[in-house]
Amino acid sequence: MGLEEKLPSGFLLTTVEQVAGWARKSSLWPATFGLACCAIEMMSAGDPRHDFSRWGMERASGSPRQADLMIVAGRVSQKMAPVLRQVYDQMSEPKWVIAMGVCASSGGMFNNYAIVQGVDHIVPVDIYLPGCPPRPEMLLDAILKLHDKIQNTKLGAQREKQVQELERAKLRQLPLLGQAGARS
Amino acid sequence: MSDIVQRRGMFGASTTGDTSGYGRLVVPQPARESTPRPYGEYFDEIADELDRSGFSDAVERVVVHRGEITFHVKRERLLELARTLRDEPALRFELLSGVSGVHYPAETGSELHAVYHLLSITHNRRIRLEVGVPDADPHVDSLVPVYPTADWHERETWDFFGIVFDGHPALTRIEMPDDWVGHPQRKDYPLGGIPVEYRGAEIPPPDERRSYS
Amino acid sequence: MTTTYDAYKAGATDDGAAEGRVFNLAGSDWDEVVEGAKDGDTDERLVVNMGPQHPSTHGVLRLILTLDGETVEKVQVGIGYLHTGIEKNMEFRTWTQGTTFCTRMDYLAPIFNETAYCLAVEKLLGVTDRIPERANVIRVLMMELNRISSHLVAIATFGLELGATTVMLNGFIEREYTLDLFEEITGLRMNMAYVRPGGVAQDLGPAAIAKLRDYLKRMPERFKQMRKLLDANPIYLARTKDIAYLDLTGCMALGITGPVLRSTGLPWDLRKSQPYCGYETYDFQVHTQESCDVYGRYLVRMAEMEESLKIVEQCVERLTKGSAKDGPVMIEDKKIGWPAQLAIGTDGMGNSPAHIGHIMGESMEALIHHFKLVTEGFRVPAGQAYAAIESPRGELAAHVVSDGGTRPFRVHFRDPSFTNLQATAAMCEGSFVADVIAAVASIDPVMGGVDR
Repeated sequence: MGLEEKLPSGFLLTTVEQVAGWARKSSLWPATFGLACCAIEMMSAGDPRHDFSRWGMERASGSPRQADLMIVAGRVSQKMAPVLRQVYDQMSEPKWVIAMGVCASSGGMFNNYAIVQGVDHIVPVDIYLPGCPPRPEMLLDAILKLHDKIQNTKLGAQREKQVQELERAKLRQLPLLGQAGARS
Repeated sequence: MSDIVQRRGMFGASTTGDTSGYGRLVVPQPARESTPRPYGEYFDEIADELDRSGFSDAVERVVVHRGEITFHVKRERLLELARTLRDEPALRFELLSGVSGVHYPAETGSELHAVYHLLSITHNRRIRLEVGVPDADPHVDSLVPVYPTADWHERETWDFFGIVFDGHPALTRIEMPDDWVGHPQRKDYPLGGIPVEYRGAEIPPPDERRSYS
Repeated sequence: MTTTYDAYKAGATDDGAAEGRVFNLAGSDWDEVVEGAKDGDTDERLVVNMGPQHPSTHGVLRLILTLDGETVEKVQVGIGYLHTGIEKNMEFRTWTQGTTFCTRMDYLAPIFNETAYCLAVEKLLGVTDRIPERANVIRVLMMELNRISSHLVAIATFGLELGATTVMLNGFIEREYTLDLFEEITGLRMNMAYVRPGGVAQDLGPAAIAKLRDYLKRMPERFKQMRKLLDANPIYLARTKDIAYLDLTGCMALGITGPVLRSTGLPWDLRKSQPYCGYETYDFQVHTQESCDVYGRYLVRMAEMEESLKIVEQCVERLTKGSAKDGPVMIEDKKIGWPAQLAIGTDGMGNSPAHIGHIMGESMEALIHHFKLVTEGFRVPAGQAYAAIESPRGELAAHVVSDGGTRPFRVHFRDPSFTNLQATAAMCEGSFVADVIAAVASIDPVMGGVDR
């Protein structure tokens, strides 16, 4: 190897991006947006069996200003939508959103007048977590996947390039299932 | 028997073409009759007590069905009747379980119903009061002076059905946002879903799908 | 705490708070207040908007508190932030599909929602007496387990709101063990849609009884530990004793039922007074307290969990010997009994392979029948019915109206949280602001049930 071998022991080389990502992911403070059934499973994720304090997350923040992860747990009603957006706006950057459960992801079974059909109508969503409600293990999995995402987030101009790259990748992506279906 | 919406056909298809051949079938509407006496159980005692208290003209119909008694009450007398039901020692319905609205669009002249479930802890009895009001004049006296618990229940019924409870201290929307238009649980209010695409096929919201009732 | 567009601002003029100068704050603009306070021309009353999103764990409840120093002068409760339109949605689904919707109302007590709904539908069908005994025993078993899990969350979140994380962790881990049973029996942890019109979706699995026995061995000791932690804990007593007083008169006027009513000394429990599902054949007691306060409500809940455990024990007894040892768990009437045959697969509950083999391979009539029942559903005679049961929070009732079709004409749930939450103002006004949380927690409202 090159430089590493010449360094005294106890040193680790990495990039600023990796350090920033590592710092950010290691203590996500969730602004627990508990709404319905999923909120109970989210609380279960903090119980002794699942225990999300293993990832420095036990401080479920009641105040959006001291939080960087919003877990939208449950169905978002039309009446709640402006509140949700306001809480999101009050969170400081960088911030991430998990849409927990099908109601938050797409409206789910409540396809009606009262429920916003997916929280992505109001705020940008990083992780969609299916299930009604998802098990705490599924929430932990979503959080770990988000950790991955945060760890590999680039900074500055690199970030812009990364966003464009992801955008292009999405456009090139082939559908998982034959989307032509009944209409073709 | 309660009030029934008249239905045509067998499969409820009204918007799409009827291919079943049952389109001209009319499901008969049962006659709206009072249940004849005796009602059975404790119902007769309650009815007798109401007659004694001078409410024989306030009750339009009495329906006993599935072990439950329903008094269809004239709206002018509702408040007075509720007070008697609560205060009379032989009746003593001290708890109002709730108010719920039902919208019967086919029942001309009393489209909107407010349904009250009363519970007597003293005598361990339940009765149901039902008040029908026309859609054009949806006014019922509020029961808040007699049963304070009716407060939120009446607000909810106003919110969902548009029944105006006169004398309610603050009849505002409770479940929907304050600037919402319409009363969403009425039958003429659509369910309001959006079509969902699944594998290229578009699935309409539940209220626009073919139904079988 | 968040502020939103405030519909109550206009209404705020009717109390004294708006008479003097009014400052509206949204978080950071304190200079104006400091300037204003210098003038001395200010009333000391403070209107605080708490919620709908807030650190306490009782859902999206909004409280508008008018404070005079530490004292609460006025409480206004704003609800509707979780209104889901479940009642309306049920009008567009078959009677059986309705359980899937109503189970998501009061999400801490899903079995109760289902049972109330199914009892009302069965009443309308006139089949209440034909429900198999084993189905009724399983219903009672599930309801009592659910009561335990619900009360555990009530006590756990209550502890959390008072600042005691230990209580929360203790409550939630015990709830996990209860949920393990639900998962074993129904395939799901929450929102099971397990109770169906006509019975329950499927029989207990082979491992269920053994798991139930383990649970019965474990829990009494755990309840004792929770009691040791809380019953005489001086901090807990200081936060709960004589807080949020509401006596019997208040309860009657406000229509309060459940533990709040029983903490006033009235032993009103629908399981005893208007039994359903065969509760009259079980041996249990209704516990009451006379103190009318938060501590009394806690003691009632604790005692109820212990009683529930007794009932669960009796259920296990009946499920292993006697007339309910085996037999159907769904009504014999093939016109109503749907799902006909279910089994738990790796991905949850679904049609059993045996049933699919039967309808696809053996009997054309069975296939037609299955098809009709699944697509169209069964018809329910016209009329209306009201079925009330004792949920962990009080009287939970379903008012079901049918027009004779395959779908409900109207379903309304009388949810105890909705009614009980009205007592917030009566409990809190005149108390300290810190006690508002204790008061709301002692009502144990579940916003999914309140807003439906």
